[in-house]
Amino acid sequence: MAIRERLSGNEAIAVAMKQINPDVVAAFPITPSTEIPQYFSQFVSNGAVQTEFVPVESEHSAMSACIGAQAAGGRTMTATSANGLALMWEMLYIASSSRLPVTLACVNRALSGPLNIHNDHSDSMGARDSGWIQLYSENNQEAYDNFIQAVRIGEHKDVVLPVMVCQDGFITSHAVENLDLLEDEKVKAFVGEYNPEHYLLNTKEQIAVGPLDLPNYFFEHRRQQAQAMMNAKQVILDVAKEFEKVTGRKYDLFEEYKLSDAEIAIVIINSTAGTAKTVVDELREKGIKAGLLKIRVFRPFPQEEMVAALKHVKALAVMDKAEAFSGVGGPLFADVKAALYGVADGIKVINYIYGLGGRDVKADNIELVYNELQNIVKTGQIGETYRYVGVRE
Amino acid sequence: MAYNLKEVMEKPERLSGGHRMCAGCGAPPAVRGILRALKPEDHAVIGSATGCLEVSTFIYPYTAWKDSFIHTAFENAGATVSGAEAAYVAMKRKGKIDDTYKFIAFGGDGGTYDIGLQSLSGAMERGHDMVYVCYDNEAYMNTGIQRSSSTPKYSDTTTSPQGSVLPGKQQYKKDLTAVMAAHNIPYVAQTTLTSNFKDLYEKSEKAIYKKGPAFLNVLAPCPRGWRYETPDLMNICKLAMDTCIWPIFEVEEGVWKLNYKPKKKLHVSEYLEPQGRFKHLFKKGNEHLIEEIQKDVDKKWEDLLRKCGETI
Ligand SMILES: Cc1ncc(C[n+]2csc(CCOP(=O)(O)OP(=O)(O)O)c2C)c(N)n1
Ligand code: SF4
Ligand SMILES: [Mg+2]
Repeated sequence: MAIRERLSGNEAIAVAMKQINPDVVAAFPITPSTEIPQYFSQFVSNGAVQTEFVPVESEHSAMSACIGAQAAGGRTMTATSANGLALMWEMLYIASSSRLPVTLACVNRALSGPLNIHNDHSDSMGARDSGWIQLYSENNQEAYDNFIQAVRIGEHKDVVLPVMVCQDGFITSHAVENLDLLEDEKVKAFVGEYNPEHYLLNTKEQIAVGPLDLPNYFFEHRRQQAQAMMNAKQVILDVAKEFEKVTGRKYDLFEEYKLSDAEIAIVIINSTAGTAKTVVDELREKGIKAGLLKIRVFRPFPQEEMVAALKHVKALAVMDKAEAFSGVGGPLFADVKAALYGVADGIKVINYIYGLGGRDVKADNIELVYNELQNIVKTGQIGETYRYVGVRE
Repeated sequence: MAYNLKEVMEKPERLSGGHRMCAGCGAPPAVRGILRALKPEDHAVIGSATGCLEVSTFIYPYTAWKDSFIHTAFENAGATVSGAEAAYVAMKRKGKIDDTYKFIAFGGDGGTYDIGLQSLSGAMERGHDMVYVCYDNEAYMNTGIQRSSSTPKYSDTTTSPQGSVLPGKQQYKKDLTAVMAAHNIPYVAQTTLTSNFKDLYEKSEKAIYKKGPAFLNVLAPCPRGWRYETPDLMNICKLAMDTCIWPIFEVEEGVWKLNYKPKKKLHVSEYLEPQGRFKHLFKKGNEHLIEEIQKDVDKKWEDLLRKCGETI
């Protein structure tokens, strides 16, 4: 029997960590993810886990210690946000290229500056090329479920990559919601033992990690890393199937909401999908064929699947909660448009930047987006593709 | 057990030859000397910061390290090895490991005095059972002899070049060993290569086998950056000790102890003169610069004698 609980998104992650009982957690406080190491260190103090908690002096050291610990043969986790993730930057790339399946809870917050503690996706979007698998979560339940699945995905022998599980700072991290937890034994059975193929503390062989890798090998190593990311897609689906068997909860690369017959649709990430779904419902009641695609897996990018799910749509708005300062649109927009190019050219695709630095995203804002899409369908005129919603200009 | 050079030298090397460090470099003998203090039956995880040592000993697909080894970046050998140690503690607790492992991190002066100071300080403060060794060659050698906060005053480096107005680096060397002693960890020591390697061996043994964090600062001359004759390595080390420019001491459980007092304290010029990095100090008219160095060394030496309870 599942356990009914009321938890914040941060507590849900901390509880998942406790149930996984990793070897090492190394973390440093930063709003809004601070509660995760706080809850976890309490579990350590109460003897609820056998984990070694390393209260490092910075996020750079948090990721460095995670890398050292995971390379040593331990299952390792951390949590961070915004500037903390930025301070880890160098080490994010080293974790993935060293093929170390560290699990990171990213509680999304606007990256400075100016300093702002509220939610947008500029932190994890900036890390999208770092070689980490990225899973996004609409609500606390998804954050919890994704975190447990992340361990299995990253450690899978065809993958062996680190995984970042993202959720929206404050909006879900601090909001208490009902959710279903798995029993401890079920989590334990689901994640299993961590048995890496090679590790520093293996008495049967010595290994060396992190070489100087010159032009005669570096390229091949990058190629293998790229392959691992491609392999991750199938593994994510397989792990989701297994997870469904245990929990009854279904996960995919993305969620389609009233999309199969939609004429207008948006692509969106994390908690705003919840708001957008209510807008879709209202529009549907008026007979407007609106739909939504919510990204769960952003890296690897589910290109073919997304094209198949969107190709019948007439007008599409890609919603970016991050600026990329390319001058032509946000990061998600660039990827979605590239995916559609040449295979679904009939779709009129626009981009909206929304909610930066914690600006409230209301149903009105989303409605405006769908209205614009209706106009585009009606007039056949796409107009400006790079747009902002909810900003004073 | 009394130190026996022959016996110690007969132990199998844990850093094998064939690595690509320069002939006459102080780092490899320092590393080998330290690793000899490991009991043969004990395993080790060795970490290194980016720098000459790392890029010359682990070039894919070859490694000179006989023990498990990890390098991740320049500024984080302390944190990286502390993570490996944390995994060991957890895995022991869970019954996944029986054997004994020791944890040793190496960093150059750049990776230790400068960019890696925070990571080192954190690892020591947290009390991980590990040794951090700085092989101090007093500049960023791997990137071409740039100054660090360990570079001595008036050294000619590529970012503190001596010129018509400035006679090399303008700042004194940071006293990192004292900084580490102020962490109040169980063991901190400063040493270099001595003729029988006894001091290095004994300090390494203490550092490795004393429970908790330990820090060793080992002066490891670099013939390229210091511009001395390659075969002179051991002599340069001896002059560093005999001029009291690099005193040999340890701080064990908070107690400062001098391990070497030269019979006759030599003038600093004896150490400076054979090194090209100080050549400009010997031009006519620069005598006062050498005297300034002498005064500084004298003052610091007296301070140290006082800390160690020695007569001045
Ligand atoms: C973050 C970062 N900055 C700069 C570098 C370039 N870099 C690599 S090694 C090095 C100098 C190393 O100096 P030191 O630690 O004294 O070791 P040495 O080479 O002298 O033995 C520098 C500047 C780097 N690898 N990473
Ligand atoms: S440049 Fe200096 S420190 Fe680097 S390997 Fe050569 S002698 Fe050693
Ligand atoms: Mg150096």
